[in-house]
Amino acid sequence: MNMEKMSGAEALMRSLLHEGVETLFGYPGGAIMPVYDALYDYRDRLNHVLVRHEQGAVHAAQGYARVSGRVGCAIVTSGPGATNTVTGIADAMIDSTPIVVVCGQVGTTLLGTDAFQEVDVVGVTTPIAKWSYQIRRAEDVAWAVARAFYIARTGRPGPVVLDFAKDAQTALTAYQPATVDFIRSYQPVPPTDDAAINEAARLIDESERPLVLVGQGVELGNARAELQAFLEKAQLPAGCTLLGLSALPSDHPLNMGMLGMHGNLAPNVMTNRCDLLIAVGMRFDDRVTGNLQTYAKQARIIHFDIDPSEIDKNVKTDLAVLGDCKRTLAAVTARMGEARHEQWVEGFKPYKEKEYAKVIDKAIHPQEGALLMAEVVRRVSEASGHKAVLVTDVGQNQMFGCRYFKYTQGRSVVTSGGCGTMGFGLPAAIGATFGAPDRMVCLFVGDGGLQMTIQELGTIMEQQAPVKIILLNNNYLGNVRQWQAMFFRRRYSFTPMLNPDYEMIARAYGIPARTVVERADLNAAIEEMLRTDGPYLLQCAVLEEDNVLPMTPPGANVDEMLLEI
Amino acid sequence: MTTNQYIDDTLYTFIIYSENTPGLLSQITAVFTRRQVNIESLNVCASSTEGVHKFTITCYCTQEMAQMLTKQIEKRIEVLQANYYTDNEIYIIETSLIKLSTTQMLENPMVGKSIRKHNAHIIEVNSTYATVEKTGITSDILSLYESLNEMGVVLQFVRSGRIAITRSRVEHLDEYLSQRERERNGTN
Repeated sequence: MNMEKMSGAEALMRSLLHEGVETLFGYPGGAIMPVYDALYDYRDRLNHVLVRHEQGAVHAAQGYARVSGRVGCAIVTSGPGATNTVTGIADAMIDSTPIVVVCGQVGTTLLGTDAFQEVDVVGVTTPIAKWSYQIRRAEDVAWAVARAFYIARTGRPGPVVLDFAKDAQTALTAYQPATVDFIRSYQPVPPTDDAAINEAARLIDESERPLVLVGQGVELGNARAELQAFLEKAQLPAGCTLLGLSALPSDHPLNMGMLGMHGNLAPNVMTNRCDLLIAVGMRFDDRVTGNLQTYAKQARIIHFDIDPSEIDKNVKTDLAVLGDCKRTLAAVTARMGEARHEQWVEGFKPYKEKEYAKVIDKAIHPQEGALLMAEVVRRVSEASGHKAVLVTDVGQNQMFGCRYFKYTQGRSVVTSGGCGTMGFGLPAAIGATFGAPDRMVCLFVGDGGLQMTIQELGTIMEQQAPVKIILLNNNYLGNVRQWQAMFFRRRYSFTPMLNPDYEMIARAYGIPARTVVERADLNAAIEEMLRTDGPYLLQCAVLEEDNVLPMTPPGANVDEMLLEI
Repeated sequence: MTTNQYIDDTLYTFIIYSENTPGLLSQITAVFTRRQVNIESLNVCASSTEGVHKFTITCYCTQEMAQMLTKQIEKRIEVLQANYYTDNEIYIIETSLIKLSTTQMLENPMVGKSIRKHNAHIIEVNSTYATVEKTGITSDILSLYESLNEMGVVLQFVRSGRIAITRSRVEHLDEYLSQRERERNGTN
């Protein structure tokens, strides 16, 4: 076999190409310089996006992965470069996002000596990553990269960290492409018990009041079609988790809306009325369940999941269906009978109507007063034909964004669910424009979160990344302010924000910007934003003390939602 | 001796097999720490299968917690298998060393009696101290220690982590490894 001699750094380039990588998000520095030097010769094959802070690189890789279904890749230097990626790695872990983060590291002879920019990156990231590995020899590069991508994308996806020692980057090795599709100690998809499939079908056939909880697992498993066939065959009503929102079209007749603390009234109430709860690819987060002591106690529970450690973790299940939901959903669908749960499905309607009258209608069709976040979100969604990718930051912008945007296609929600990372939105939206270049990417972000990663406007400027930034500016850290109003006697401790002139900031980066204050100007401004090629910042001066409703207060029962406060 | 034992807690022994990769110990102990479970004892060594490491860890917890810990440990990429057992599902052995003052030991005939009664061995004696070795189950070791300690002769006491083998007639690790080899070769 003809084996080329090359540096470990170049072997990394070849290994990334071998894994089908096209886009990298990164930031150079001392301990990763040999890699950047090698990258210089690979610029025609690897599109490197220079971010403005390493946190931005990881969030961009996450946004890329979430919309494309491929592994996102970030490259940073050692020490602070690596520690700046920690938030994104933790975020990708809890939200099951496949990314590979390559960090530079000091040379192996300097390891453990407190050398300049040396941090124990494997030690820091091991508890929050799916896998962390230190590459100490150039000859290990091909194997380690192949293993990293295999682990990141298979089973329940997640982040992988490769800590690449500098002398391994410069040392010469005989490169040979490596492929990993088997690791003895790692079973990405647990075997499905055929009896569980039969039992699931039987329980569904027997059920009179079934409710399906749709999680991101359906999207990750590319099982949207299988889910719809499953729901439709037995007319099973469903609610979606925050990350599972686009796994089922918003207007599907069986889609009863979003689950959880700020979800829709009907699926939350019915969770405590159903006789069978069927969870698919979701993890019963406390923001979904509320008080576990009273959560769906009347129901039998089936849990479809690819990760055995999710079974019985928070909610005790009567039946676990392990495996890949694309396969298990189809298998159960084939074995269960057709059914119509007309009366039960009809029973969701009064709650839907009640929420519409008390909350939604007022939020999206206000007649007077300041602009509301909900109406802005809904107008943007409508203007994009409900086809855009929704990216949000964290807080009220996220809850209004996710509640009022509508989804017609899969992989349309990019939001930080489990970690709730403020500052996620802007870089994730940049990544999404690279992961789904044919789709419009709309970012909803607050005045708090935007400033946490505002430096990425520089990346947008350089790349002309067509992010439609909708800044919902209420001069507050709105979600914390809402909680202070509800649970801390309106003591607004450090939540009011003194804001800069965001239009001026956008213009400094060459990004067209416009501010809307009056309702009458909103539609025209959105039209202008969507008509504009490339990036755009639309600042909406929204009602300062608006509240996200309905709400299940923390620790309350899932069916006890407040419709007003 | 302090333990983290609550009323409903049972002493569980976790037997974990993993690939021999660096950093695995901290990955496994982190699973316990994060869930506020104190490790009572820990033993790590090579297993009978080449390249496979065996961890034997004990802690007090509920059965639900033991199950959750096991699943979370098994989720780590390099872990081959993790299981938890109660004391009647495994053969257990621990060892201990007790250092005694020779003068006090010679002064008190009950010391020698207690050592014989507990079937322990004196492995070294000099004019200053004597070292007693006792191997057995936890309660026997603690019984000897407490009896000698009451006599006021103990200079040092050390107890090893528990080692254990299962009472099952099936070797689950071997089965798992052969199953995985079949899967690797696509002959599943």
